[in-house]
Formats: sequence, structure tokens, C-alpha cells
Amino acid sequence: MFAIARKEAIQLVRDSRSMILAFLLPMLLILVFGFAITLDVRNIRLAVLDESMTPESRHLVDAFEESGYFSVERYLDRHGEADELLVGGRVTAVLVIPPAFAADLAAEGTARVQLLLDGSDANTATIALNYADAISHDFSSDVLPDWRTARRSISPELRVWYNETLESRNMIVPGLIAVLMSIIAAMLTSLTIAREWERGTMEQLAATPVHRVEVIVGKLMPYVGIGLVDVALATLVGVFLFDVPLRGSVSLLFAMTFLFLLGALGFGIFLSAVLKSQVLAIQASIMVTYLPAMLLSGFIYAIANMPPFLQVVSYAIPARYFITITRGIFLKGVGIETLWGSALGLAVYAVIGLGLALHAFRKELA
Amino acid sequence: MTEAVRVSGLTKRFGDFTAVDRVSFAVSEGEIFGFLGPNGAGKTTTIKMLTGLLEPTAGSATVAGLDVRRHRAAIKSRIGYMSQLFSLYLDLTVEENIELFAGLYGVRGARLTKRREWVLEMAALGRQRKQLTAELPLGWKQRLALGCAVLHEPPILFLDEPTSGVDPVARREFWDLIGRLSEEGTTVFVSTHYMEEAEYCHRLALMHGGRIIAMDSPGALKASMEEPLFEIATDDAARAVEALRVSQGILEASMYGREVHAVVADEKWGREHLPVLLTRAGLECRSLRSIAPSLEDVFVSRVRRAGAQE
Repeated sequence: MFAIARKEAIQLVRDSRSMILAFLLPMLLILVFGFAITLDVRNIRLAVLDESMTPESRHLVDAFEESGYFSVERYLDRHGEADELLVGGRVTAVLVIPPAFAADLAAEGTARVQLLLDGSDANTATIALNYADAISHDFSSDVLPDWRTARRSISPELRVWYNETLESRNMIVPGLIAVLMSIIAAMLTSLTIAREWERGTMEQLAATPVHRVEVIVGKLMPYVGIGLVDVALATLVGVFLFDVPLRGSVSLLFAMTFLFLLGALGFGIFLSAVLKSQVLAIQASIMVTYLPAMLLSGFIYAIANMPPFLQVVSYAIPARYFITITRGIFLKGVGIETLWGSALGLAVYAVIGLGLALHAFRKELA
Repeated sequence: MTEAVRVSGLTKRFGDFTAVDRVSFAVSEGEIFGFLGPNGAGKTTTIKMLTGLLEPTAGSATVAGLDVRRHRAAIKSRIGYMSQLFSLYLDLTVEENIELFAGLYGVRGARLTKRREWVLEMAALGRQRKQLTAELPLGWKQRLALGCAVLHEPPILFLDEPTSGVDPVARREFWDLIGRLSEEGTTVFVSTHYMEEAEYCHRLALMHGGRIIAMDSPGALKASMEEPLFEIATDDAARAVEALRVSQGILEASMYGREVHAVVADEKWGREHLPVLLTRAGLECRSLRSIAPSLEDVFVSRVRRAGAQE
């Protein structure tokens, strides 16, 4: 068993392709995802048509600019220009402050402004609308005397828990760890075993008295090691580069990673033992593990928003449980007392993955 | 002498195709037993059944006294196996390969040190021990593979076409090693399609179409060929073979290098008629002599006879 583990480790280190797959690919992915795919909306391009031209109106524009969510690109003179800019896609939103803005504010305590939004990207538009709403709300409480705001009998105080700033990066990085492990585990093992079939070395192994449990465990060990190192690296990058909070127990994170890896690696071994070709095995592993992990695990799209059929399917996807766990540990700081359900899901997956791997070898190996 | 391998009625079917058809034989301890036959004759399939890599469809076999169906794992630790394909790890060094197989066969500690040095010495790879296996010439790789297969000092060694693709000199060296192992008491079970290699075997089983069509020592097999054999030198061997094959009274005609080998039923008849047949085909008969059969001739003749019986 250790002989196989040692040989596998030596082969891994000598095979630059596997090393790239094992270490460079995860780092690349986490950087790409971390930097590029933030689902947050920032620097919404805004044009301003200020017909009021008063200190109050300038104050409001400043509030938009200072929020960080909007950047004022242009000041307009006519309504017609607003149309042109929106249609041409040069700005996403136009803030129109009517001539009576300052007067109304002084007289009635409220004033109307108009925000024109490019609705062709509904998601961005909605977010922009919410930001604008929040900014104007803050603005009114800033400029109005206290007794007037007090008249607003109910003003909801919203606070988002766990991810206070609603940074999508905080959601993505822990989820990404799960997706990464899905890719690495399936790809690396599918390559290693299928390669043995292709080169005929599996037959040589099969002719030795080594037991299939030893072969599988021996093969798993170096990859579990790589997986744990990858998670450590991804965690470090997440925490120190992307400022993702890590509130829960690190050892629980690693224990859960270990459990997940057992299943994923076992599944990879199963695929390559059945397909016996590196090319087929890697394609199958991408289809069967990576894509579902990406799309159906709740990594990008919330499971609650999926059609009922896909929600049911998602229960069969191990990354779903692992993502729940990584997000729970990173963002909520919860422990096994809360996550045991998902941990159980992973344990079942590990048993199935290893069981399939063992079963696939029963013909060839003792 | 005790038997290292005993096989009776062993059969393997893949769907409709019968790869090995009711094969029976026994191999004595210390013997070099050869399986000779073309590709697809069932040699590899038989070896795989004996080494526990394939489950037999019917029949029985014991290896080192153990039943191949019931004691697969136990058999595997008592045999060495070298497959057709070179199947060591190319991205490991010579020494790492030896240590891996030592680990797989449970050879450890002082015994490992001793056996490792023995293998390096036997395969003459002492100076290449830190070299990647991929960098070695094929003949050297085969010696290493043999070394890894006998690392745990198995009493029985299975070699499936161990020298395919290896140059004649390296093949000769390889057979010297096999001879050495046999002298030390190892039973060697080897398959090959090289006729000249078959001469090294103590006993040969000729395989064709999944069956054993003859089995004896190389000498006895050659002596067993009753029909006389002629070697004919002619100006166009290919055309001569064509002409003779369709002629009455010629049992077999085949090219043998630039000469033609022809088997006839009766020596006197052959001496008289062969030149005539060739002249009739417009070919020149430069020389004609009766020769002792080679194993290849025996093989061709046995295949023909087996075909005639069906």
C-alpha cells in the first residue's frame, strides 16, 4: 500500500502536467473567479441632469458619487441627451433632479428626483435601483432636521447577516474551494488509473498479490494530500488576498475536505477503471463532476431558485453538501452541530465513491 | 518430478468466440515450458487464466498446487509474471521500479537489499540504477522487467512473449537469464511466436486456434515429422509456392527466406516430381535437397494435419 502511494507520489512529482493540474490550475481558478466574477455591481455609469443647480442638488450628486456604486460620467443639459446616452449604452443610469428640488425640500421636507435606468440588464438595473434608494434615504436623513425624519413612523432597518456587505466574493471563494476539489479530484485520479490501463501496468499490478483495497488506498493517499494542500492554499488566498472571513474551525474544514475527497477520488477511480482511457475518463469526469458542481450545487445559482426538478437533482451532487459546509464554516462560523446533515451527505458519497471503485476492480484484482 | 502446473480441459470463451479450447497439459518443476503459436492462438489467454488475471469459462487448473479459481491471491504471491507489453513504470528509475515491486510482493528489509542487488547484477543494470526506465533501450527494460518479476523468488515464472520487439542479441542474453533461472530450480512458462526461441524450451506446446496441436520436446517434435521435406532453390520463390500449392501430391509449400520448403508424402516421389512441376510452371529448379525439418516446418505441418481432421 505504501509502496503504491510512494510510487504514485514520485510519478506525480515527475509529471509536470499533473503538477500543473494539481497546483497551478486551482490557483489560477481562484484568482480568476475571485477577481473577475464578482457578482457585485460597482461603478455604475451615471449621467446627471441637474436642473436645480442648488447646493442641495450638488450634495445629492456627491452622495451618489461617494457611495462607490455610481460614477458620474457626464453632466447633461437637456432631457434629449439622456435618451441618447441610455440607448447608446454609454451610461446605465441617468439621475434627473428637477428645478423645484431645493424648494420642495425646504418647503415640504420631501422632493422628487427621477432615476432613469437601462433595464436591458435587469440584474444590474435592480441593484442600481436599490443602491439609489438607499443613497437617497441616507441623504434625506442627513439633510433634514430631526423632527421631520421622526415623522416617518416606520423605517425598516435592514441588516444582512453573515455577509454584511453582500460581497459576492465572500460567497464565491468558499464555494470555489468545493468546485476546485471536484475538478482536481476527478481529473487527477481519472488520469492516473486510466494511464495504468493504457500502458499495461495495471495488468502487471493485477498479477501481484496486492489487494485492490491496497491499490485504491495507495493511489488515494497522494491525491488526498494534494487536495488538502490545495484547500490550504485556496483558504490562504481567500482570507489574505480577498479578505474573506474565516469564522469557523479550520480543522473541521479540513476534516470535511478529507471526507469529500474520499468520495470524489473514489468516483474518479471508478470512472477510469470502467472507461480505461485517459481521454474518455477525463471527459466523463468533467461531465459528471465538474459541470454539476459548477451549475447545480448552488455555487453560482441558488438552489432555492432552481426549478423543482433540478432542486431534487442537486441532492445527488456532492459539491452541494460541500459548498454548504464551506460557506457555513467560512461565513457563519458554525460547527458540526449545524452541518451534520451535509457532512452525512458527504459520508454517503464517500462510501458510494469508494464502493464503486472497489467494485470496478473486483474482476482484475484480488 | 512434481508438477508445477496442471491444466485439464481449460476453456475460455469471450461471447461466441472460443479463445482457448479444452487445453490440457502439465509442467514439471524446473522445466522451461514453451507455448508456441501465432498471435491469436490463445497463448496469452491461457497464461492470464493461470496467473489469475482471467476467470476460466470451464475446466480446471492448478498452479503450485493451488486451484486458479479458488486461490487467486495465494497463487499471485508464488508466481512471477511478465506481460506482453513492457509494463514497468517508465517515469520511475530502475531502482524505484525494483522497490515498488518489492513492496507489492512484500519483500522488505535485509531481503530487499539483497534481492535488489541481485536483480541489478542479474540484469546488468548496476550503473543505471538511478536512471529513468524510459531512457533504457528496450532489451534492458525487458531484463529489468524480468528482474522485477522474480524479485520475490517465485518458484514459477510466467513470461508472455517476453522478447517481442527486442533485437536478436538482446533476445539471446534474455534467454541466457531464463536458462540460469531454470537451472536454479525455477519453473519457466513462456509463450513466444519466435521459432528460434522455442528451441531453448525443454518442452513445447504448439498452439493453434485455441488448441494444443502438438506437445513434446523440440527435438522429438522435429523427429516426429514423418513426411519428407525438400528445400528448393528457384528463380522465383513466390511463384513457385503458388504453383506447388495447387499441384497434386504436394502437402505443403511455403517460402523460407529465398528458398521454398515443400512437404510431400513420399521422398522418392518428391525427388522425381518436384523439378517437373516447377519446369511445367516455367520456373527453374536450381537445386533440390532433402532436409531435416525446423520447428516452423513442424508447426506448419501440424496445423495442416489439425485442419484436415476437422
